[in-house]
Amino acid sequence: MTKPKMSGAKAIIESLHMENVKVIFGYPGGQVLPLYDELYDADIRHILVRHEQAAVHAADGYARATGNVGVCLATSGPGATNLVTGIATAYMDSVPIIAITGQVPRPLIGNDAFQEANITGITLPITKHNYLVQDTKDIPRIFKEAFYIAGTGRPGPVLIDVPKDTQIETIEFEYPQEVKLRGYKPTYTGNEQQVKKAAALILKSEKPIFYVGGGIIISNATEELRALAECIMAPVTTTLMGMGAFPSAHPLSVGMLGMHGTRYGNYAVQESDLIIAIGVRFDDRVTGKISAFAPNAKIIHIDIDPAEIGKNVRVDVPIVGDAKNILKSMLKFVKQEQMKTEAWNTKIAAWKKEFPLTYKKDNFLRPQFVVEQISEICPDAIIVTEVGQNQMWAAQFFNYKNPRTFISSGGLGTMGYGFPAAMGVKVGKPESTVIDIAGDGSFQMNSQELATVVQEDIPVIVAILNNGFLGMVRQWQELFFNRRFSSTCIEGSVDFVKLAEAYGALGLRARKKSDVKDVIKEAVKSERPTVIDFVVEREENVSPMVPAGAAINEILDLE
Amino acid sequence: MKHTVAVLVENKPGVLTRVAGLFSRRGFNIESLAVGVTENADTSRMTIVVSGDDNVLEQVMKQLNKLIDVIRVTDIPQEDSVNRELALIKVGVDSDTRAEVMQIVDIFRAKIVDVGVKSLIVEVTGDESKINAIKQLLRQFGIKEMVRTGKVAMNRGAKVVQSEKK
Repeated sequence: MTKPKMSGAKAIIESLHMENVKVIFGYPGGQVLPLYDELYDADIRHILVRHEQAAVHAADGYARATGNVGVCLATSGPGATNLVTGIATAYMDSVPIIAITGQVPRPLIGNDAFQEANITGITLPITKHNYLVQDTKDIPRIFKEAFYIAGTGRPGPVLIDVPKDTQIETIEFEYPQEVKLRGYKPTYTGNEQQVKKAAALILKSEKPIFYVGGGIIISNATEELRALAECIMAPVTTTLMGMGAFPSAHPLSVGMLGMHGTRYGNYAVQESDLIIAIGVRFDDRVTGKISAFAPNAKIIHIDIDPAEIGKNVRVDVPIVGDAKNILKSMLKFVKQEQMKTEAWNTKIAAWKKEFPLTYKKDNFLRPQFVVEQISEICPDAIIVTEVGQNQMWAAQFFNYKNPRTFISSGGLGTMGYGFPAAMGVKVGKPESTVIDIAGDGSFQMNSQELATVVQEDIPVIVAILNNGFLGMVRQWQELFFNRRFSSTCIEGSVDFVKLAEAYGALGLRARKKSDVKDVIKEAVKSERPTVIDFVVEREENVSPMVPAGAAINEILDLE
Repeated sequence: MKHTVAVLVENKPGVLTRVAGLFSRRGFNIESLAVGVTENADTSRMTIVVSGDDNVLEQVMKQLNKLIDVIRVTDIPQEDSVNRELALIKVGVDSDTRAEVMQIVDIFRAKIVDVGVKSLIVEVTGDESKINAIKQLLRQFGIKEMVRTGKVAMNRGAKVVQSEKK
């Protein structure tokens, strides 16, 4: 059989077809014109954003919500550099995306040509891998490898930089059946001896606790986690990235841990005698003062990335592999009858009663109340967040039941992530209600995407918890800088209702507690892109809080 | 403490940048780095000397392994390996001192590879301490220029570092 001849641009489209790509988020420009010309006829939905940063966040949201690889596209130079924040965001949270960038023609590379940037050099530390197409006939192989690398092992972003002349040159197209990468062979099955060792530690423990994160969600291991937790009757605490990995309302759930975790979750970790850490990386926001972290606990650490094990804490039993496989095999070695966790669970239940997650219940419209109402009215919604106070309240006060329903920039903490990511989520999960729980600061970092969601008819709801402040920074200034609110007041920056209307979206506002239910219902019913401006208490703090540098049981309630 | 790490990598452009970039952004210190092609034309081998304790070494090896273009990372223990470095040293000489320099070169089993009126170039191969020792002795005559390759190392005996094992 003869191989079909086609341009490099067409070969890219064919490669995307082979990878089952249905949607791309992108923005055109000079060095991707041949590719956009091919896209014009292709059976791939292209969503035209208004800023490249939104394209990469949308691809990221799409990937987190569906588990598939998300794809974004930008031109060379400024187009490519506008992707950088989003690529770093995806890298920190292990999200599989492919970023395709145009590049100046090969003969011009290195000459400081118009709109030239060395994007493979720039993204070296924030991609799992990246490619510069130097030979047009490599395009099929590079795309095959890129999708494989992005989506397997510990997922992550892969960038492919495509010089314009390689998009035009003709090649014979043949998509490889398999990848041959000598230096990339992720481990999926945990070593059975290690699993047995871990099981033995579990059976001996009296105060075990699960500390689980995004790895559980990536490996689709929520059922196995639940089965193991219920079998050994151990409490489960999740990281921010792990919200949804274990049902928030489950009796064994102790909520989130760390800086803005629950008091009982942090107490349980600190007093535990065994931590079963799965798909987590012992981030400083979680551990607090690392030398004082869980002083009496032995640690089992399960992760697909061997470099995460032993990076921040000493580990007693490391197991490298896929969480789902390892939890499955661990279930064979533990028996409920041998566990002695009753006293432990009683103690935790008492903590839960004594130190509940709460806020002031008065007549003022408080942001936590808004999140609770969203949780009540839209229990099956996918929640996307911006970064800051809104993100913490969204994590604390929404009742999560399923994985991939809490989508947030955890590692990098990228303000402006939520709205474009929500757009990607909605495209990937059109049947779900998608709500971006936003702050007035973060939302304004990418509010131009209202044009995209209206033009492309992507009915996401943006719920702005509007306090007229860059709230989290303001909170730190209140607590640690003597209430000197340096450059954090943004009151009156825009009328969000009119802003929404100007773009052709629906704008709603709630000032009183009694308005909240109605506006949420109206937003859902409208099936239109909607912005709700919740005018909330201005100086509400995220509570409780572990001050930076303190141990996580030195957690304070804030007024 | 110093560790020697042998890193087999794809013989492709940009790989050195990836490895060097990793060291700088993770805050690891490179003492020396030598690179060249191996018995397979598509594979290069880097010998990297890194300073730090055992935890640093473990992280260096794990992080290197995460690079897609890195095929295999091996720790080469000092005591059970051959360690060599080559140095070229340009020493200032005159008719009075030339003979003395040549004598030192002889004792170290080094070679004189270029002779000029006022200088000569000494080529010396050996482990770090040998090169440091000859440098020390030649210093009195005036070292005008010196270049070192960085260390290369290989396990003694039957043990080999091969690409297939990863």
